[in-house]
Amino acid sequence: MSTIEVAGKTYETDEEGYLVNLSDWNKDVAEYIAKTENVEMTEQHWEVINFLREYFEEYQIAPAVRVLTKAIGKKLGADKGNSEYLYGLFPYGPGKQACKIAGLPKPTGCV
Amino acid sequence: MAELTAPAYRVIPIVPALKPGAMEGSGPFVSNEKMNEALGFPGKLVDDWHDKAIAKMGDLLGKYRSLKVYMDACVHCGACSDKCHYFIGTQDPKNMPVARQDLMRSVYRRYFTWPGKLFPKLVGARDLTREVLDEWHNYYHQCSECRRCSVFCPYGIDTAEVTMAARDILDSVGYGQKYDIEIIGKVHKIGNNLGLPGPALIDTMEGLEEDVKEATGIDVRFPIDVKGAEVLLITPSADFFAEPHIDSLIGYAKVFHATGTSWTLSSMSSEAANFGLFIGNYEQLRKVALRIRQAALDLGVKRIIVGECGHAWRVAYSFWNTLSGVGEGADPDDKFAQMLQKQLDHRYRQPTHICEFTWDLIERGALTFDKEANDKHIITFHDSCNVARGSSMGGYPGGQFDIPRNIIKAVANHFVEMDPDTTHEKTFCCGGGGGLLTDDLMDLRVKGALPRMEVLQQAADQQGVNFLAVICAICKTQFSKVMPIYGFDRKMVGGVHQLVSNAIKLGEK
Repeated sequence: MSTIEVAGKTYETDEEGYLVNLSDWNKDVAEYIAKTENVEMTEQHWEVINFLREYFEEYQIAPAVRVLTKAIGKKLGADKGNSEYLYGLFPYGPGKQACKIAGLPKPTGCV
Repeated sequence: MAELTAPAYRVIPIVPALKPGAMEGSGPFVSNEKMNEALGFPGKLVDDWHDKAIAKMGDLLGKYRSLKVYMDACVHCGACSDKCHYFIGTQDPKNMPVARQDLMRSVYRRYFTWPGKLFPKLVGARDLTREVLDEWHNYYHQCSECRRCSVFCPYGIDTAEVTMAARDILDSVGYGQKYDIEIIGKVHKIGNNLGLPGPALIDTMEGLEEDVKEATGIDVRFPIDVKGAEVLLITPSADFFAEPHIDSLIGYAKVFHATGTSWTLSSMSSEAANFGLFIGNYEQLRKVALRIRQAALDLGVKRIIVGECGHAWRVAYSFWNTLSGVGEGADPDDKFAQMLQKQLDHRYRQPTHICEFTWDLIERGALTFDKEANDKHIITFHDSCNVARGSSMGGYPGGQFDIPRNIIKAVANHFVEMDPDTTHEKTFCCGGGGGLLTDDLMDLRVKGALPRMEVLQQAADQQGVNFLAVICAICKTQFSKVMPIYGFDRKMVGGVHQLVSNAIKLGEK
C-alpha cells in the first residue's frame, strides 16, 4: 500500500494513487493529487469535481460521461456540455482522472 | 505517468528486429487479499506455491485433454512467431507466441514427461522457480487471448488456452491480476464490471430517454426490470457509462422502438462481459453466466439478445448453453437450465447477437434508414477477435464477418475494407483485449495496437477512412485511448449501432 503526505498528514492510496479511504478526501488532498497528475485546478475544474462528489454521494458511483457532460452543460452553458470541454480540463480522460482528484474509486471494467 | 509514445510504423510490415528483455518486468498489478478472497482464491502467494502450482497444472492437464495436446504437439516451426500484435509492437522475443507458451511448456516437460524428469537440460525443461513464476505473471499478461497466432498454427494449437491455464494456476496460488480479479468481484457483488448500482443505472437510462426525446422528438424507452418483456438485453456495462459505447446502446433502443419489440434490461444482471473467460477459470465463468439465467427466469423473457461485446459473444455463443441453459445442451439434471430452455422461444436463435437481430429486421424490410445521415463518415470495420475467431452469427460459417458489414452498408453509403491480411479471421487484436484493458498496462496497450494502427493509417491515407466501426466494448475503449497517441481523433471509433442510430427513421415505416 502506498501513502501520500499532505499538510503533515498521511493518507493511504492504492498503487495508482487513488485514495483508499474515501472519507480521507479534502480540498488539500485534491490539490495534491491534481499536481501529481499535472492538472492545475481552476474554478472550472472544481465545478466538475464538486458535481462528481455530489453524484457519488447519491449513487455510490461516478456518473456516466454523458450524465456528467449534461450536468455541466446545464450549469455552465451548452458550449461546455461536451466531452471535448472535459478532456480539456482532464486530459487523461474525465472519467478516471477527475475521479482520482475527487477522491472517488476508479471506474473499472471496459471503460 | 511517463509520457506515452507510439512506436514508429514499420516501413515494410515484416518480422521486427528482436529486443530481448524489452518487456521484462513484474507484470500488471497483483490482486490484493480482499479481492482474491472474495473469489475463493488464496489471499496472497501461498508458502507452498511450487507444489500447489504443479498440482494445479496436473489437475488442468487431466481435465483438459486439449491442454496436454498443446503442450506436446508444438514442433517450434515458427509459423506463429510474427503473428502476434504484442510481439510486433514490443519486439520482445518472449512475446512470440511459441516462446510465450514455452514458458509453460518447459515446466510441463520437467514435471510431466520422462525425458524432462531425467535429462531436463537436454530437452529444455525448467524447474518452476520464483523467477519462472514471475515470468508467467509478466508474459501471460502480455497475451490478449486473441488467437490470431492459432489461425496460422499448422497443428491448431489454441495458444489462448495456454495463457488461460497459466492465469488459472497463478490465481490458484494467490498470484492473480488486480484488474480481472477486482472486476469479477464487482460482478458478484453489484451485478456488473463497473460496480454500477441499480439506482444509478435507472437514473442514467432516464437521462438517455430525455436526450433521445430532445434529439428526435420521440419517446424511445430504456426499460429496466420489466417482468414479462419479450427480450432481455445483456450488454456490456460500458454501454451505460462510457463514450462512444452509449451511442450504440441508443442504437439498440431505437431498433427495438422502431419494431415495437418489448424489451428490458436487468439491474441485477447488467453485464455481458464475463472475465471468467480471461482468467481461464470455469467456476467463475459459470458463476458470472448464472446471473443472466437468474435474471431471465425472474423476468420471464422469451429471448436473450447480447449487445456489442466481443468476448461476451464468444461466451454466449459457445458456452452459455452448457453453462446456463441459454441454448440447448445443458445437463438434463440441471433443473434451472431446463426450466429456462422451456421458457425461451425456440423460433429464434438463443442467444441472439444484436447484429443478427438488427440485420434480420433489415432483411425483412422492417427498418428504414436515411443513409445520408452517415455521409460524413468513410467507414471501415475492425473485426473483434473473439467474435471473428470464437463465434459465428446468422447460423452459417462466416456470418460473423458478413452481418456487421451488411448492417453498415445498409445504413451508410461509404464503406471500405482494410488490408485483408488484417481482417476477418486474420484480424489483429485492438491491443487491449483478454483482461489487459488497464492503465497499468498502458505501455503494452499502445505497442500492441501498432499493427492495427498501421493498416488504419493506410486506409485513411489511401481511401480517406475517418470512422472505425467495431462491435466490442474493449475495442471501443482501447481505440479511444490509444488512437490519439497515433495521431488519430479519439472520436473516430464507434459502434456499428451508433451508425444505425444515426440513420434509423423512427415513427414512420
